[in-house]
Amino acid sequence: MRSNQVAVVGAAETTELGVIPNMSQLQLHADAALNAIADAGLKLSDIDGFATAVETPQQVCHYLGIKPTWVDGTSVGGCSFMLHVRHAAAAIEAGLCKTVLITHAESGKSMIGKAPRSIPADSLQGQFEAPFGVYGPPSMFPIPVLRYMKTHGITHEQIASVAVVQREWAAKNPRAMMKDPITVADVLNSRMIAYPFRLLQCCLVTDGGGALILTSADRAKDFPRKPVYIMGTGESVETPMVSQMETFNSSRAFTTAGPLAFREAGIAHKDVDHLMIYDAFAHLPLFGLGDLGFMPHEETGKFIADGNTRPGGKLPLNTNGGGLSYMHSGMYGMYALQESVRQMRGIAPAQVPNAKISVCHGVGGMFAASGTIVFTNEK
Amino acid sequence: MAEPQRARPKPTPETQHFWDGTKAGELRLQRCDACAHVYFPPRPFCPSCASRKVSVFKASGKGFLYSYVINHRPAAPGFTPPYAIAVVELAEGPRMMSNIIDCPQTPEALALDMKLEVAFEALDDKITLPVFRPAKG
Repeated sequence: MRSNQVAVVGAAETTELGVIPNMSQLQLHADAALNAIADAGLKLSDIDGFATAVETPQQVCHYLGIKPTWVDGTSVGGCSFMLHVRHAAAAIEAGLCKTVLITHAESGKSMIGKAPRSIPADSLQGQFEAPFGVYGPPSMFPIPVLRYMKTHGITHEQIASVAVVQREWAAKNPRAMMKDPITVADVLNSRMIAYPFRLLQCCLVTDGGGALILTSADRAKDFPRKPVYIMGTGESVETPMVSQMETFNSSRAFTTAGPLAFREAGIAHKDVDHLMIYDAFAHLPLFGLGDLGFMPHEETGKFIADGNTRPGGKLPLNTNGGGLSYMHSGMYGMYALQESVRQMRGIAPAQVPNAKISVCHGVGGMFAASGTIVFTNEK
Repeated sequence: MAEPQRARPKPTPETQHFWDGTKAGELRLQRCDACAHVYFPPRPFCPSCASRKVSVFKASGKGFLYSYVINHRPAAPGFTPPYAIAVVELAEGPRMMSNIIDCPQTPEALALDMKLEVAFEALDDKITLPVFRPAKG
């Protein structure tokens, strides 16, 4: 795909984030979509392409009254929206549609109008993982961590520092759920969830949503907001079973999607001004820094513990506070994308001065899938 | 009210030989007749070379502790926390999720790379789960 041919021209989150007991999951989709439409100065009837995950495109399109000629229901977990951006950019370039709306919403906390996730007993996960006591992401996602730490020489304190640094970013963000400063000791003394991870190394559980609107770069200059161009994209999947990953020292989905996006954008790591790495749990930024090629895995823990990703550091990372401190409705990828767009528009609460290139890297499931988007505000 | 039950696997035609094996006290893997690749979970073709000529064989039951978590909360139905959810690397190459028995469920006792051997725990008269214990000697 060619760089910078498609741009984000509308972006918004739900009016509220956090605990939203007065809205169903479907209405959260609509709330985010209507906010994004207003942000772009469009009407719903201008939308001819639509993508969403978990909820079906037909469900949300009918609810909103959208009549699309192109839809994408790719649903590979929390990075689905990165894949939607990639697919939408290709569809717009191919002439299949002109203006694409991507929505995410999840009543992750209040569970209103949200189907519970279940593992069928005759699926491979139901036969070969569920009987051994896995129960929700905290019991599964950290399973690779001890092996990763041993192989790469990463310490408990270094992984704890991920949560500390992201809380520093969250403190600058009025919409972040958790803003009070924390220390490495606070993290390591918080309630044990699934050793080696404690409460402050696990994401929040909240309600919310977000939506993006994409169109061709040629049209983008006529919109009210500063266009944010899609410079490079990548995607992949590995396995729905964390136990069956090729290795716990790295993620194959990450090492496929990330380098694809960098190559397509034609950028080097030193060109990256701003970085988002989906942090459902505290080890993901370490995997991301290593697998995207910023540094060897052996250096990732020290890099974060030394303050390189904190406010004022040389590689600002997860500047909204991340899934650990900003919000996490269950499929966090949309919020990472929103923060990249805010940074490229120059309107983020913790704005990185003069940021021109933002890399946004997502995970789906427990390292099951990955999507990477490189954004730029310069064509 | 009955006690909450541990999640019970339901075999499919492709996995039945595995569950027949555990019931008979055997850990069964599959090997490709064409390229010799050994793989898990079960399927009637080789995920490495796509050959449909594959054989079921009895594995040694030996392996080592590749990684784990000790789950505290929330606990799965039928489990008393804290309990370890482990990934075992088998001597034949594949890895599988399991539990570690006859061993304290603590970071001190559960050393990565410790040698393990398979044991079998009957859930009921149809399903027996493969679990692992520290290897003797």
